[in-house]
Amino acid sequence: MRALAARIGNKPWLLSFAGALAVWLATILFTEGKGGGQIITAALAFSTFTVIVGIGQMFVITTGPGNVDLSIPSTIALAGGVAMKIMGGQDGLIWLGLLACIGAGLAVGTFNYILIRLLKIPPIIATLSSSLIVMSVAISYGRGLQIKPPPSFADFTTAQVAGVPMLSLCAILFAMIMAVILERTVYGRATLAIGQNMRAAHLAGVKVERTRCITYLMSAAFAGLCGALLAGFSGGNALNMGEEYLLATIAVVVIGGTSVAGGRANVPGIWGAALFLYLLVTMLNTYGASAGVRLVLTGLIIIAMITLAGGDKPSR
Amino acid sequence: MTDSVLSSPLRDRIDMLRDPRLLRRALPAVSLAAILIAIFLINDRAMSYRGLDLMLKYAVPIAFATIAQMFILTVNDLDLSIGAFVGLVACIAGTWLVDQPVLCVLILAGCVASYAAVGALIHVRRLPSIVVTLGMSFVWLGIAVILMPTPGGTVPEWLKGLMSWKPPLIPFPIVACAAIALVAHVLLMESSYGAVLRGAGGNATAIDRAGWSLLRIRMSMYALAGFFGVLSGLSLIGLTTSPDAHIADRYTLLSIAGVILGGGEFVGGRVSPIGAVIGAVTLTLTGSFLIFMRISPDWQIGAQGAVLIVVLALRALIKLREGR
Repeated sequence: MRALAARIGNKPWLLSFAGALAVWLATILFTEGKGGGQIITAALAFSTFTVIVGIGQMFVITTGPGNVDLSIPSTIALAGGVAMKIMGGQDGLIWLGLLACIGAGLAVGTFNYILIRLLKIPPIIATLSSSLIVMSVAISYGRGLQIKPPPSFADFTTAQVAGVPMLSLCAILFAMIMAVILERTVYGRATLAIGQNMRAAHLAGVKVERTRCITYLMSAAFAGLCGALLAGFSGGNALNMGEEYLLATIAVVVIGGTSVAGGRANVPGIWGAALFLYLLVTMLNTYGASAGVRLVLTGLIIIAMITLAGGDKPSR
Repeated sequence: MTDSVLSSPLRDRIDMLRDPRLLRRALPAVSLAAILIAIFLINDRAMSYRGLDLMLKYAVPIAFATIAQMFILTVNDLDLSIGAFVGLVACIAGTWLVDQPVLCVLILAGCVASYAAVGALIHVRRLPSIVVTLGMSFVWLGIAVILMPTPGGTVPEWLKGLMSWKPPLIPFPIVACAAIALVAHVLLMESSYGAVLRGAGGNATAIDRAGWSLLRIRMSMYALAGFFGVLSGLSLIGLTTSPDAHIADRYTLLSIAGVILGGGEFVGGRVSPIGAVIGAVTLTLTGSFLIFMRISPDWQIGAQGAVLIVVLALRALIKLREGR
């Protein structure tokens, strides 16, 4: 038992997958095995979006205390609107719409980084301020209208191969690539080093500012991409589309075993945590819990998970 | 160098105006004055008792929430649940305050106690405050939704009466905001225990070595935040007719913005209660400013973001001079 605990201690992300499995088993036990497969399909589909933005948030949080991207929801709303407007429901313009949504994300990311660099303010405040402005731009740009995605794009975002959503397969591949970037590239190692000790990293020759710049651009670009995919998946863009992702991204990063104090990151844990959160809500739904009870239990379980995983040792 | 030796009293005064620290401290008030002047230039009728009363109505609950957030920031934590908590208080008061006032007060006291418990959990287990308060925001919102699935509830007449009270000469929101700022200032800046509380944010080890319980300090700060959150919720339902669970969702971000606007720093226990209230008032006025400018309400939150950026840019400029 102690050996098991130690192993989980070394690989905190295992906890998130174990949690996801436990919650799924509890659900199909209740339904007596019915719908187990469909639940997994739905969980994979919805987790895909959380994973895409969650990985961006993970890189941001890894760069150290105070680094959180609060502009993700606004960026999702803006980019979703931009993508749908540019695609205009035409299959031929899908590529342009996708470029535009990433472009919109990069624009927000650049703005965030300029604020952090020039005003020397904590990133959490910089992204908070920019999120307010970006949201206003999104409201004004979209006029609150919902534009339908082109048919091929909607098909692509909802396609399945043997019960596994196409988009999830892409997101698994994407997560693998990001894991390699984190573990094996100069950029990834630099991100971890900055999170552990920015000054030491700087003295060791890590290009601190360039790394931080890439990190914020990446997070915003992923949010932009997620905005377009989400709009395609749900049959059109909406201003409140990104709302839940502020809390969701921070929650999956932390439950997935990434340190909030920075310097330690984990990509597979993001998938585990995203699946866990979705399956948890499904389980509570199956048990007939009301919206309020669902919220309370979700909150308590997030707190329980982080308490169980143990806090970070003091960084000083 | 020789100039400063020969300094006259007049030069002293001019030098004082150039002092970056003074500029820094004056910045929140200057930004408030700037936005007020802009409003008055556009619409001179705003500069009346009635105009100010209308424009600043919602500044009172926002100021309470901002002070609550400030207490948390003092110990280097961040509260992402204050908006949901204010919403819950509104729902609790809307459900019971009229029919069972004693029960209601007890429940609200329980809410404040649970805030202190959250502080204790964060301290004992060394958990990141953003994640725990994030989880708590789900809990508060969930309880509020269970209590009040659809907007409704009743607001006691005395609370409505208090919030729409028209004192002579000075509009109520200004009186209330000044009182909030003063109480928080005395509590945190003038009392000896207040200095200890701020010290815990500046150098926790030193405070610990001096024999103070860091656990008790963090619990006190969270309890104070909970108490001001309760006051925010009560003042908010005094202004609206039907409370609901989502009534104060925006307060989380607004309160953080208010503290920072008021000169608060993110780490190190450097906060200013008077500045925080001024920050809250400035953010409230930004909305009115847009209405007077006939700019679409779409841009309201964007303008609040822009005000925040402009003030932070000015502060960065002042810091640059400080560093010289």
